[in-house]
Amino acid sequence: MTTLRFSYSDRSVQRTMDALKRGAMYCLLLLLAVPFVFPFWWMITSGFKSQGAIFEFPPHLLPQTWHPENFIEVFNYQPFAQHYFNSLYIAILVTTGTLLVASLSGYAFARIMFPGRLVLFVVLLSALMMPSEVTIVPNFFFMKQLSLINTHIPLIIIPIFGAPSVLGAFMMRQFFLSIPREVEEAAMLDGAGRFGIFWRIALPIARPALGGLMILVFLASWNNYLEPLVYLDDLNLFTLPLSLRNFNDVYGTPLWHLQLAATTLAVVPVLILYVIAQRQIIDTFASSGVKG
Amino acid sequence: MAAQQLARGQMARRYNTRRGSGSAGRETVWGYLFIAPQMLGFLVFVIGPLLAVFVFSTQDRNLLTGSVKTVGLNNYLTILTNDALFTKAVTNSLVFTTLLVPVNIALALFLAVLLAQKLAGVMIFRVLFFSPVVTSAVAWAVVWRFMLQGEQGTLNQILSIIGVKGPNWLREPGWAMLSVVGTLVLKNVGLNMVILLAAITNIPGEYREAAMVDGANRIQVFRSITLPLLAPTLLFVTVITVIGSLRVFDHINLMTEGGPANATFVLVYYIYYTAFLGFKTGYASALAAILFGIALVLTALQFALRGRASQP
Repeated sequence: MTTLRFSYSDRSVQRTMDALKRGAMYCLLLLLAVPFVFPFWWMITSGFKSQGAIFEFPPHLLPQTWHPENFIEVFNYQPFAQHYFNSLYIAILVTTGTLLVASLSGYAFARIMFPGRLVLFVVLLSALMMPSEVTIVPNFFFMKQLSLINTHIPLIIIPIFGAPSVLGAFMMRQFFLSIPREVEEAAMLDGAGRFGIFWRIALPIARPALGGLMILVFLASWNNYLEPLVYLDDLNLFTLPLSLRNFNDVYGTPLWHLQLAATTLAVVPVLILYVIAQRQIIDTFASSGVKG
Repeated sequence: MAAQQLARGQMARRYNTRRGSGSAGRETVWGYLFIAPQMLGFLVFVIGPLLAVFVFSTQDRNLLTGSVKTVGLNNYLTILTNDALFTKAVTNSLVFTTLLVPVNIALALFLAVLLAQKLAGVMIFRVLFFSPVVTSAVAWAVVWRFMLQGEQGTLNQILSIIGVKGPNWLREPGWAMLSVVGTLVLKNVGLNMVILLAAITNIPGEYREAAMVDGANRIQVFRSITLPLLAPTLLFVTVITVIGSLRVFDHINLMTEGGPANATFVLVYYIYYTAFLGFKTGYASALAAILFGIALVLTALQFALRGRASQP
């Protein structure tokens, strides 16, 4: 009897300990999450504050009075809608171009036999080790010779062949290698050519890999800062990252309420997409190991 | 992994040679056509510019006037013997990397181990910790620059509530570097975290269970089972983090512009500064060539370490 009760209470002690441990773990995780989440919270809520209330002390987690008109002022202060559009169309073109180029070469490196295949692939991959900052001066010079400074063309054309594209070729090759050859054999027997097989059979199967690559390339272009900074001068040509740092008064002091409202407008759509597709996005990054 | 791929490639080769030679010729043409866009673009925008960097680095070039003068190795000589700013930039880059990498890796590992626990809802935290990775560097830097201002900054306001007078984080030489490092760790640690988390999840549970049965406690299991099995992944994330932190530019440009008193003036910032604010593109190319050399050495080091790690 006593032993039974003992073991019973033992188990309940164990259970209480487990609950405590779990509670402690949640507390730790919540605490650790603060510096990751608070900046977003503060960015969004400060975007709704008046210019005067932004530094009020003690700070308020929510605005005392809401100023949604900041989000309209953002568009009047500078051509923000134009900047948004610029970023969007550049990212879409870069993504489309990269997917096309990388899936073509990824397929060839996986499936088609041709002399020099392995050597060319290794040479291509070696580009991943080179920081893109190394080549920015000659690329700038080259674009200047072609009178393409202060246009969007360098921001579109260079990334299509840069590191993300090489990584893309690698990812696509890995994926095509994982497809059983038999899938293509049947089409080949039916007399389909190489391009037909690629376009009608292999590419549709590769949709998950294309989706992952699409996310990586789109974000890399959307978030790119150095190249637009170097190539663009004209305010109307600015992309979002350049636009965000441009909400200053005549003395160059940031107009924080506008800057944070604009940053909110630039970040929140990406965050929403991220939350919706978080599993695939995180898996893609985890398997590629590339910074966004 | 590479060996496996090679083996697969060889299988493919054998497979293909079974076909007629006419078909092989056509295959070759198709192969070159398929890789042509990528290889041509690669040649024009990567290989060409890389070779050009070395040529430019032996010249005195001015971006504004377009003047070009060959100076041999003078740029390198000046950089190495008579350029205090270069010494400062390289030192800063080294300090930056030395501060950032251990903190980043340790935090990433800690978070990954936490998230690997069987806990309801733990994946929500994975989404939270990873969210800065998909956010643009500019947005992250803007918000942190806002929060790290002097007296009015959010962090100092919060600190003053508990009676601590915080420094002017981004304007004091002693704090600016640490502030940028902290901001960047928070921005990117999620990436290393998910890579390590994937590796931890891939370790078969039986390994840990067997050790537990043998009486090992959690810390012992972590040290003698999990950690050794994670070694290759840790090496990988270390190398990408080192190269990433040598390349730091966005946060520096947006938060401190290399200041105060050049306290955060790093190598890539120096390249940008020399080429696009000082218009000395020849000199900047020599700096870029040095950056290339550093990246090359690091990559070679990684391969050497990996080779040693895979030997018994």
